[in-house]
Amino acid sequence: MSDSKKATVYVRLKDGVLDPQGVTIHKALMQMGYGDFLAVRSGKFFELEIKGDSADIDRKIDEVCAKLLSNPVIENYTVEKPQ
Amino acid sequence: MKFGVVTFPGANCDYDAYAAVKFVLGEQVEFLWHKSHDLMGSDVVILPGGFAYGDYLRAGAIARFSPIMDKVITFARSGGTVMGICNGFQVLTECGLLPGALIRNRHLRFSCKFVHLRVENNTARFSNACRVGEVLKIPIAHGEGSYYHFDDEVRKLEDNGQVVFRYVDVEGNVTDEANPNGSINNIAGIVNTEGNVLGMMPHPERAVENILGSEDGLRVLESVRSVVTRSNLAGKA
Repeated sequence: MSDSKKATVYVRLKDGVLDPQGVTIHKALMQMGYGDFLAVRSGKFFELEIKGDSADIDRKIDEVCAKLLSNPVIENYTVEKPQ
Repeated sequence: MKFGVVTFPGANCDYDAYAAVKFVLGEQVEFLWHKSHDLMGSDVVILPGGFAYGDYLRAGAIARFSPIMDKVITFARSGGTVMGICNGFQVLTECGLLPGALIRNRHLRFSCKFVHLRVENNTARFSNACRVGEVLKIPIAHGEGSYYHFDDEVRKLEDNGQVVFRYVDVEGNVTDEANPNGSINNIAGIVNTEGNVLGMMPHPERAVENILGSEDGLRVLESVRSVVTRSNLAGKA
């Protein structure tokens, strides 16, 4: 039996930060005939596995998101809490 | 005076920087291993170009937590001269020594070519051997070099004269065509508010002899040398 917990972190570029990857994917969709798709923004997600007995899990997840997983100048993050 | 060049795993311009300082500038230079905690008495620290830690996550994001960076940050905060070139610039923004971020080039391609830079400020310790408005020919080689920051922060950089180099055409005009990566205001290089930390995407160490296509990059290294030598002499007097 595992005593670990999992959390999922989504990192997105902030509004207004150019996402050339999303723009290129969108252009490809247009070329493929999917004219209904108005925009694409790309991002990243991370699955974290955390020791179940570690104290302050939420605080630690926030800490690693702010320190490493995202760059606050250009990105926002959201966390799906451990289950 | 002595330069230190940090070698991160994945750095690929550390030897270029080392050779430019040792054989062209003619100054002492040491490699500083990323796991080391010792700057070896360096007067100037260079964070070279490359793909430190594979540029995983974001360029520079993991390198900034390597042991040597603790020392580099302390050195910079106490007024030490630090220059980040290309990947080194990305490391400096990630660790907070310089404002802003470098994001993916707007055309998504890795760009490797000569560009023209206009010297915007020659009071910086990295550009005092140049004239304001002078155009330097120096190469770039990057995929994530588009300088980005919030509008009001960019305004502060401009108002404080922290923009040292800007991408221009050969005549020195700021144009969109001359902007190789989509950087805000064609920004190619900035200093911190104190003026002792420089980050620039172009590679001055690759333009130090005419056989390389240009020797304009030497002016950046010569600027640093003149300021540091003067302050060393003042310290000993």
